[in-house]
Amino acid sequence: MRAPSSELPITIEDVSVRTAGVTILESVSLVLAPGAPTVLIGPNGAGKSSLLRLAMGLLSPTAGLIMRGGHRTSGGDRRAFVFQRPVMLRRSVAANVAFALRRGATARRDRADRIAALLDQAGLAALGARPAQRLSGGEQRRLALARALARDPEILFLDEPTANLDPAATKAVEDIIVQVAAAGVKIVFATHDLGEARRIAGEVVFMVRGRVRESASARSFFNGPATQEAQAFLNGDLVI
Amino acid sequence: MNATQDGVSAFDLILGCDPALYSVIGLSLTVSVSATLLAAASGLPLGALLALVRFPGRGMTVIVLNAFMGLPPVVVGLAMYLLLSRSGPLGFLGLLFTPQAMILAQAVLVMPIIAALTRQTVEDLWVEYRDEMTAMQVGPVGRVAALLWDARFSLMTTLLAGFGRAAAEVGTVMIVGGNIDGFTRTMTTAIALETSKGDLPLAIGLGIVLIALIVAVNAAAAVVRRFGELHTG
Repeated sequence: MRAPSSELPITIEDVSVRTAGVTILESVSLVLAPGAPTVLIGPNGAGKSSLLRLAMGLLSPTAGLIMRGGHRTSGGDRRAFVFQRPVMLRRSVAANVAFALRRGATARRDRADRIAALLDQAGLAALGARPAQRLSGGEQRRLALARALARDPEILFLDEPTANLDPAATKAVEDIIVQVAAAGVKIVFATHDLGEARRIAGEVVFMVRGRVRESASARSFFNGPATQEAQAFLNGDLVI
Repeated sequence: MNATQDGVSAFDLILGCDPALYSVIGLSLTVSVSATLLAAASGLPLGALLALVRFPGRGMTVIVLNAFMGLPPVVVGLAMYLLLSRSGPLGFLGLLFTPQAMILAQAVLVMPIIAALTRQTVEDLWVEYRDEMTAMQVGPVGRVAALLWDARFSLMTTLLAGFGRAAAEVGTVMIVGGNIDGFTRTMTTAIALETSKGDLPLAIGLGIVLIALIVAVNAAAAVVRRFGELHTG
C-alpha cells in the first residue's frame, strides 16, 4: 500500500487575498513545518482566521503560491479544522464523530473502538448518546476536536478554540491540544489570548492588518519582540 | 331526512364498518400514500440538489418550483389525462382510469410541494453546515445525504404536508381515475358524487373520516417535530 503523501511543510509564498475590493491578507509568507505548535496572534481583524483558512484550503489566494508537502496541489485529506464556533451536526455526540470518521481511513470494523477512544480522549465518553447540540460550549469545542482528530490529521488548524470559555473548560481544551501536539500532529492555532499563546506556542506568528509582522520562536518573541507593534501588543497597548 | 339524522346515519356507517365506506377509505389511503412516496423519491433529492448546486437559471427554477406548489389539481388532472389517454404519448401504458394513474397524477401534484419545501429546509441547514462540511471535505453525494438525514424531522413534516395535499384533493383523481365504483372511487370523489346524488350520510361519513385523517396527519407532524427537538437538539 502506498504511504499517504505528506501535507507538510505548508509553504505560503507572498500570498495576498482580496475580496470585494478589500485586502484581507497582503504579501504573506510563512512556512508551517512539522514540530511544535505555531500560534497566530494579533488584534481582531489582523487576518489570523483568514490565514488559517488559507492554509487549510478553505480560502483561495488571489496572488502568490501555496505548496503542500512540496506540491502545488490543493488536495489531500490529512488536514483538519476546528472553527471558533463549531457547528454540531444534528445527531448524537457519537454520531458526530462517526460522521467524521467515515471520511477518514478507518476501517468499518474498527470504527466503534475508534469512536470510543476519541470520545474518551475528549472527555466525552459518558455523553456519547446525548444530542450534540445540547452540549455546553466547552463540551462542543471538545467534540469538535474529537471530530477533527477522527480524520487522523497530520496538521490541525484551530481558530480561537477556547474563546469565551471559562478557565476549567479552557484547560480541558488546552490539555487535548498539548496531548495531540505531543503525539506528532502539527498544531496551528489563532488566538488573541497571550496567556494561552505562552502556554502552548513553540513558534509565534504576529499579525497586524493582514500582514505577518513577525515570525519567531515563542521564547524569542516573548522575551524580545523585534517590532514595536509586537512589543506594544505584549504590553497590552491597543494595536490597531 | 334532516341534517341531524344524516349525521347519525353517517356515524352508523363509520362505526358499523360499512364495507363500501371502508373500501373507499382504503383506496384513498393507498393512492395518497403511494403518491407521496413517489413524489418524495424525486422531490427530496431534487430539492436538496437545488439547495446545493448553483447553475444558470437556478433562480427562475426555484420561482417556478415554488409557483407549482399551488398547481390547480384539475389542471394537473387534465395534463395527466392528455398524457395517459389512448392517443397521448403514454397511452400505450393503458393506465387511464386506474389507481396507478391516480397515483401518478397525485405524485405530480405533490412533488413540487416536497421539492420546494425540501430546498428551503436544506438550504437553511447548508448555510449552517457549509464550513464544517467543506473542512471535512465531504463530497456532493455525502452532503446531500447528510443534509437530508439531519433535516429528517423537518422533512417528515414536509412529507406529511404533501400527503395532506394528496388526500384532500379531488380534481386530479376525478379526471384520471374516473370515479369508478369499487375501483377508482376515493373519499373526495365519493363525497362529491354522493352529495350530488343526495346520499348525504355516506358523504358526511367520508367527510368525517377525511377531516379526522387530516387532523391525525397534523398531530403526527407535531409529534415528529417534538421528537426531533428532543432527540437531535
